[in-house]
Amino acid sequence: MTDKTILEKIKAIVTPYVQRKEGLDDFNDQTDFLTDLKINSANLVDVILDVEDEFNIEIDNTSMEGMLTAGDAKRIILAKIEN
Amino acid sequence: MKKRVVITGLGIAAPNGVSIPEFEESLRSGKSGITFHQELKDLNFNCQIGGKPEISESKLNDYFTPLQLRGLKSSGIVYGVISGTDAWKDAGLKISNQDSPDWDSGIIFGTGILGVDKFREAIHLIDAGKTRRLGSTSVIQTMASGISAYLGGILGCGNQVTTNSSACTTGTEALLMGYERIKAGKARRMLVGSCSDRGPYVWGGFDAMRILPGNYNENPQSASGPLSSHASGFVPGSGAGALVLESLDSALERGVKIYAEVLGGEVNSGGQRAEGSMTAANNEAVQRCIKGALKNSNILSSEIDTINGHLTATSKDSVEIANWVKALNLTSDFPYINSLKGMTGHCLSASGSIECVASVLEVSKGFIFPNINCEEIHPEILDLISEKSIPRKTIEKPIKVLAKASFGFGDVNAVVLFKKYN
Repeated sequence: MTDKTILEKIKAIVTPYVQRKEGLDDFNDQTDFLTDLKINSANLVDVILDVEDEFNIEIDNTSMEGMLTAGDAKRIILAKIEN
Repeated sequence: MKKRVVITGLGIAAPNGVSIPEFEESLRSGKSGITFHQELKDLNFNCQIGGKPEISESKLNDYFTPLQLRGLKSSGIVYGVISGTDAWKDAGLKISNQDSPDWDSGIIFGTGILGVDKFREAIHLIDAGKTRRLGSTSVIQTMASGISAYLGGILGCGNQVTTNSSACTTGTEALLMGYERIKAGKARRMLVGSCSDRGPYVWGGFDAMRILPGNYNENPQSASGPLSSHASGFVPGSGAGALVLESLDSALERGVKIYAEVLGGEVNSGGQRAEGSMTAANNEAVQRCIKGALKNSNILSSEIDTINGHLTATSKDSVEIANWVKALNLTSDFPYINSLKGMTGHCLSASGSIECVASVLEVSKGFIFPNINCEEIHPEILDLISEKSIPRKTIEKPIKVLAKASFGFGDVNAVVLFKKYN
């Protein structure tokens, strides 16, 4: 799976939770879930569950804490898929 | 100076109507919302019928954001949000997106238990060792105050926002709590009401107590007959009712329609003494509650035009009538009395608010809806009051004063008096 495909999938996953839709216009590695997209921090656990379902992986609590941007998410997903 | 309190908005999600016009039409025509539920049959329920509001997918999208709808399994929240939002809009109030909430408006929206289907989902996940799979909405959909919290966020209310719980008295109690707050000058508007989840996990406990009828599964619409000779158990229901209470000053200032005035009321408990118990009412307490409501409202019993009783369609209906007769000290000139539960079943924690909405419509529009499934009145009731007090057809008649009562498990009572506003 290419970086680009993963990023597109992440974008589709977070879209329902986004409260600042403009933040999706330029969705890239630096896009911050809380500040750029204004996702309610309580919803981050839902994003994690959706990512797990989409990629058939499990994301532990430590990895979850480091997942603040789309790039973070992509790296964590790539690492898990490679395992 | 105590504030006068009026009703300026109504909303409903009842088994026989999910908008005020549809509900009013059902009241006038005596339409039942009781249906057979295959799910209850499959689960070996004795009583396989019940009342639940019909909510379409498109209607859900009118009240909830796509995000709110994800994993939304709390039927009480669905009913409560629909009725509460409708009441708010009916009162001509706007939903503001400003950062500053409406400090003068609050919410008291009760429930008995909330989000049982959501809770069931959580229990299955937890028992399977998958607690982390619950997601973020398990708590907010199952906390009792979830319903007032959802409404508070949707409407942006900045006054008191809370949930009360007193079994089948809940909705009427919520109304009186909101009334007291406005009367005391602590809020200008209070959205009050209550909701009750639908389905087997709410109704099962009652089925197990053998207080639901098991002999109408083929004939659901005839099952619930309050005051009738065949009343032998209540039919379980669900839904929500909501009312916007407002100080008369605020309503006049805004120039909005006024459905009725809340004159006052009373709440009390029988302490589960004498014939009172966890599940039965102490008669002296019921009578004191009725008399207290009249006194607090400065109304004589002879001024009551009609009563909307609690009257659940059990063999205890005659006991309630006896309590009304004693409390009002009226026999031959006993007012009209009706029960909504023939049409909706017993909507449990939602019953008080749904029935308050029905009562306010009667006062506002000048009619008395019929007692359905009551072709033959229970002989013990005819020993107490005349047949003409028990309408079986809609009566068109101006109503000045209506008394509404709700009684609940735990031996708790609430009575409120509504008056036509001129």
